[in-house]
Amino acid sequence: MKGYNFAYLDEQTKRMIRRGLLKAVAIPGHQVPFGSREMPLPYGWGTGGIQVTASILGADDVLKVIDQGADDTTNAVSIRRFFAKTAGVRTTTETAEATVIQTRHRIPERRLRADQIIVYQVPQPEPLFRLEPSRVETRRMHGLADYGLMHVKLYEDIARFGQISISYDYPVMVNERYLMSPSPIPAFDNPKMDMMPALQLFGAGREKRIYAIPPWTRVRSLDFQDHPFRPINAPHACGLCGATDSYLDEVVTDDRGGRLFVCSDTDHCATRRAEGHVGADGFKEAAE
Amino acid sequence: MAYVAVKGGERAIDNAHAWLHEERRGDPDTPAISVRQIENQLGRAVDRAMGEGSLYDRELSALAVKQAQGDLIEAAFLLRAYRTTLPRFAYSVPIETGAMRVERRVSAIFKDLPGGQVLGPTYDYTHRLLDFSLLEDTPAPPRAVPRGDEHHAMRRGDEHHAMRRVPDILGQEGLLEADGGADGEPVDLTREPLRFPADRDARLQALARGDEGFLLGLGYSTQRGYGGTHPFAGEIRMGEVSVEIEPAELGFAIDIGDIVVTECQMVNQFKGSKTVPPQFTRGYGLVFGFAERKAMSMALVDRAMRAQELGEDVTAPAQNVEFVLYHSDNIEATGFVEHLKLPHYVDFQSELQNVRRMRAAPQADSDMAEAAE
Repeated sequence: MKGYNFAYLDEQTKRMIRRGLLKAVAIPGHQVPFGSREMPLPYGWGTGGIQVTASILGADDVLKVIDQGADDTTNAVSIRRFFAKTAGVRTTTETAEATVIQTRHRIPERRLRADQIIVYQVPQPEPLFRLEPSRVETRRMHGLADYGLMHVKLYEDIARFGQISISYDYPVMVNERYLMSPSPIPAFDNPKMDMMPALQLFGAGREKRIYAIPPWTRVRSLDFQDHPFRPINAPHACGLCGATDSYLDEVVTDDRGGRLFVCSDTDHCATRRAEGHVGADGFKEAAE
Repeated sequence: MAYVAVKGGERAIDNAHAWLHEERRGDPDTPAISVRQIENQLGRAVDRAMGEGSLYDRELSALAVKQAQGDLIEAAFLLRAYRTTLPRFAYSVPIETGAMRVERRVSAIFKDLPGGQVLGPTYDYTHRLLDFSLLEDTPAPPRAVPRGDEHHAMRRGDEHHAMRRVPDILGQEGLLEADGGADGEPVDLTREPLRFPADRDARLQALARGDEGFLLGLGYSTQRGYGGTHPFAGEIRMGEVSVEIEPAELGFAIDIGDIVVTECQMVNQFKGSKTVPPQFTRGYGLVFGFAERKAMSMALVDRAMRAQELGEDVTAPAQNVEFVLYHSDNIEATGFVEHLKLPHYVDFQSELQNVRRMRAAPQADSDMAEAAE
């Protein structure tokens, strides 16, 4: 784009962010402060992820942007357009084809490969913030690996509700050292982070933090021996493609309690339908 | 089929923006407002967007106000997003507010003082009665009343003598703490993330960029007992100062232009400690343009945040440095508050399933209990 550098950020800023990324990869799960810039999109709308993506993007990369698992949600469209305009890179909706995937709130269903990078948008990088609002304090806790507060919270959940009540942004231990926020992905997605072949990068623009999980790193969702981690999903099959192993969105179809459950990962669903899989509501759609 | 509704869509975005554009322009039968008109006639709005956008450029600020339909936080955001792309040539040497070409200068602690009290173009002492004559499009007004009388000696362009700052007068006796010395390069929050403990340079920068409303509320809270600082408005001054840079290859300072700033020095009670005799302490406010409310609020909050340094109890929100600095930036705040309108249905779906599961669990327990009976 005229008047702007490739992928919007100037090279000095990209270098500063890449230095932060290298440190983050070297210390998996550790939050690295960085000089987050003001972006032309609002804080809280993916500025951290955008800055990370802008710093790693090359002219040959193929970019996919998803929000809630879908390529066509408004904010995903907006961010994809931003990079198409400022970097001129090729964009795609196909998970398999992308080299860089920027995401908000989901991990694609298709297993990522070693030659792919997934960039998460992170609203709140501090996993302990609900328990201790002071970042001076939480930094100290991370330094000492003092995570008793979180274990007590999980224990209290079990004592009160009989189960852990966290359903998204479910805290994980990275490489058995740092407690980390996986960003607000559903707990259903947590197991995908463990030993993932792809590099996982996390950008929190407003909070000015970067963190990372290198490929093939242990990522463990916190739990107890007698209360093992249980990912949650709707007990249904996708109405369109019939998938039973993908995360489902619930769509309200009428005002009489009608519901349609569909894959949140739109590429996954479209690929399956192209392969001939049809869900219970798929026939209806075809007939209409 | 309802599934279609799930699809966002590029067309929807384009249409929304086209509509916005049309709405911004308003009724095409009315003349469009010019950036120059905004710059000249909505000066306080331009100043506020400049201050919170932390970019001193009245024309661009007026453009931002126009583009944002007068939404000043949106205007500040536009300026910030532009500012961040600008190359950094140099850091200026500290501006000398003592050499300000003063348009307004009032002190609440001395009845009269060298240089006098200068009211300047203030809303103070106006009666807030709607002036219905402004409803009419009036021709160019006559020149303002000459202000050459009594102690209002200042007029733009007049040969001026530097007006000493009130704290400097008070400082001679040692009754007021000295200005904090600058040790080394100041922090720049636009380049480096905020770190704690945050020194006063970082705090003042954050406050100068901070939201006027937020600082006003916090400053007000200190007056109502939440971290009282017993303030007096030692001096408020507004006017033009020169900005100078000192390029390394030259070895001397060169004047690169003038900016209008508002400065507020609060003078606050301090009972003293074992090592320091009782004396007055300072709270400091400095804002781009004519922004007196903001400068005063900033000075109150600056002083409140010095509680720990001065050995006072830290109990109130305004004294909590982390709380104030993490929440004073309205660009960060508005982004995060408004991001709640982005889709969250994946998270909400997991919460739905979670609540359903939690509700089912006690039900299953009581069913089992009934069956056993």
